[in-house]
Amino acid sequence: MITELGHFALILALVTALLQSTLPLIGAQVGDRRLMALAGPAAAVQFALIALSFGALTWAFVTSDFSLSLVVAHSHTEKPLLYKVAGVWGNHEGSLLLWVLALSLFGGCAHWFGQNLPLRLKARVLAVQGAIGVAFLSFMLFTSNPFLRLVTPPMNGNDMNPILQDPGLAFHPPFLYLGYVGLSMSFAFAVAALLEGRVDAAWGRWVRPWTLAAWMFLTIGIIMGSLWAYYELGWGGFWFWDPVENASFMPWLIATALLHSAIVVEKREALKSWTILLAIFAFGFSLIGTFIVRSGVITSVHSFASDPTRGMAVLAILGIFMGGALTLYAAKAGDLEAKGVFSMVSRESGLVVNNLLLTVAAFVVFVGTIWPLVAEVLLGRALSVGAPFFDAAFSPFVVVLALVLPIGAVLPWKRAELSRAMRPFLPALVLAVAAGLLAWAVGSGRSTLGPLGVALAAWLISGALVDLWGRSGRGAFAARLSRLTRLPRADWGRVTSHAGLGLTIFGVVALTSWSVEDIRVVKQGESFTLGRYEITFEGIREEAGSNFTAQVADIAVKRDGQLIDRLHPAKRVYPFAQMTTTEAAIRPGVLGDLYVVVGDEQDGGGYAIRSYLKPFALWLWIGGVMMGLGGLLSLTDRRYRLAAGAARAKPQGVPTE
Amino acid sequence: MKRLLLALALLASPAFAVQPDEILPDPAQEARARALSKELRCLVCRNENIDDSDAQLARDLRLLVRERIAAGDSDDEAMAFITARYGEFVLLNPPATGANLVLWLAGPAALLAGGGLAFAVMRRRAAASEVKGLSAEEEARLRDILKD
Repeated sequence: MITELGHFALILALVTALLQSTLPLIGAQVGDRRLMALAGPAAAVQFALIALSFGALTWAFVTSDFSLSLVVAHSHTEKPLLYKVAGVWGNHEGSLLLWVLALSLFGGCAHWFGQNLPLRLKARVLAVQGAIGVAFLSFMLFTSNPFLRLVTPPMNGNDMNPILQDPGLAFHPPFLYLGYVGLSMSFAFAVAALLEGRVDAAWGRWVRPWTLAAWMFLTIGIIMGSLWAYYELGWGGFWFWDPVENASFMPWLIATALLHSAIVVEKREALKSWTILLAIFAFGFSLIGTFIVRSGVITSVHSFASDPTRGMAVLAILGIFMGGALTLYAAKAGDLEAKGVFSMVSRESGLVVNNLLLTVAAFVVFVGTIWPLVAEVLLGRALSVGAPFFDAAFSPFVVVLALVLPIGAVLPWKRAELSRAMRPFLPALVLAVAAGLLAWAVGSGRSTLGPLGVALAAWLISGALVDLWGRSGRGAFAARLSRLTRLPRADWGRVTSHAGLGLTIFGVVALTSWSVEDIRVVKQGESFTLGRYEITFEGIREEAGSNFTAQVADIAVKRDGQLIDRLHPAKRVYPFAQMTTTEAAIRPGVLGDLYVVVGDEQDGGGYAIRSYLKPFALWLWIGGVMMGLGGLLSLTDRRYRLAAGAARAKPQGVPTE
Repeated sequence: MKRLLLALALLASPAFAVQPDEILPDPAQEARARALSKELRCLVCRNENIDDSDAQLARDLRLLVRERIAAGDSDDEAMAFITARYGEFVLLNPPATGANLVLWLAGPAALLAGGGLAFAVMRRRAAASEVKGLSAEEEARLRDILKD
């Protein structure tokens, strides 16, 4: 019964979305306020219906209702509750439902928090949002319905893929989807602005929080996925340049560019049509990502069920929305007149360089991702494009971006003098070079990439501090310090994110350049040394979990003869899913992780044990979280909170001192 | 779906990528083998290199790489040997020749084109900003006003 309710709510949501995408749009065109005013409530109703539907599916998973074919395929009564819930989106159909839930949530938020939006703009934004809802709801109902029943329910289900049964992965998709789908808001604002034929500072201010929110979720989602790969796949890899990873990375790069160009629109009313184009492409790449993940045209380690018809449907959606938006752009972008002028050296031009590097970098990732497909279809050649290509073709952009970032972030608007802007950065430069040389000396020339990366990271982090200190003005130390506490949160956000990028680069470079690996056969009671650690394999025992059995190794870790830790790497067997997984044991540390994995029993006795030193791995994730946190800080900046209540806020006189 | 499960099963199998018994006695040769392995694709996996893969075929390829290196092949010779047998699909780093030049040059070309465009637009914008400055006549009037 609950299942039918959920199914029915989903159909009603489609009907609501149909109304939401048409009536307000007509209203906005002919100037009918009643039709325009329908958009908001429709968005709220659509969200409520999809939430109901999502709740129904979650209920079916939690209660293990095996009359639903989706539950049979992806759940099991013995599965822990967390993964029963996560199982809802651990598959194609359910994840689509989560996708539309996020979509309608953003639509609802635009209604709830968008009280100060002009009625016409709001109607158009929500209509575009509704149209995206129509596309995905019909896609789901007609090709991937999660509510299909079975005539004869089996006694139990097939369980979920065990490597997905992990807290990191349980929450990775929701964050990622909030990010992907959040970009639909930027897209809707862009299309609405084109329909209006007007982009101004207010538009920039309205669109930026949505982009920031989407970007923040995307950042956290990607970082979670990366962290998951690091500890779950058993050898400490954190990024594989896999098509599905690229699918999330491309929208992230474009969203990062959009985030920065929207500032220029907001502050200076320049780069308008470019920002609109970026907003269209940011969502376009989200759709391309959806296509890559769900169509199976590009082989990837972790994608959903490959089904060509579904792929065609997503491709059609992509074609309609991108084709439509770009046609509109071609017709209307000329109307957007740039107001703000700026000279060749200015904050604006710095942000243009940022945008250029980020979009071209995204383009490189895009070409690399689809090249195997292009080569196969057009040239009839089966070839691969893997990590070595991306490392070589993508990294230069990061290097240049990191080099110009600190300076660009402090250039004054409109007109700047480069030599004057660079003067405060002399200590940062010295520090960066020193850090690079130190890394070179310590690493004894083992890698050239390492010292360069360390120097860049030091440059970014100290540059962020210089930026922050520069914002505190002039005068006595104490006065500046107290002024720091009163800086707008947007400033703190910028500095936090930029420093976070520096830490992430540091973590990536340290991991790729200075990891130490040890592979050997170890018999019970034997020891070996790895770096400063003395590692003793004490034995292996059986353990039972709720839906798996495990072989757990006992490993003692000593340093300077002192026992400092016991690690328990394991191998798990999931009988219902008929799969096995490795559970690495990690001793995380500020200076690096000790990472131990236990393997198979060897013919000559003993077990294969792989252990790694992963220097500074922790900082990669900290940096990523800091980037997201910076987004959050910016999002809570006073000007957006004020903008939310702008209707009430009265302009206040400026006190003379 | 079967293929996906197979791929995931291979991905998650507890068997190690590089097994202890594969490692060459000469550390320099082993390091070369590891470097080459990272450039070679495991043919039955999805987008994994043979160094990380647990598939039997990946192990065969790893052993083949080590065999060639132990036999005195240079890195290029070993790669050529393997490419000749398994096709270019095995190369994770597509060589920058022929049609692949499109792949390799796409980034630099886009950067040049985009950079040129941005530069042109910005120069026009900068020129516009200078025109909007005060003319000599206006400057003189401004000085007059300020004198009062």
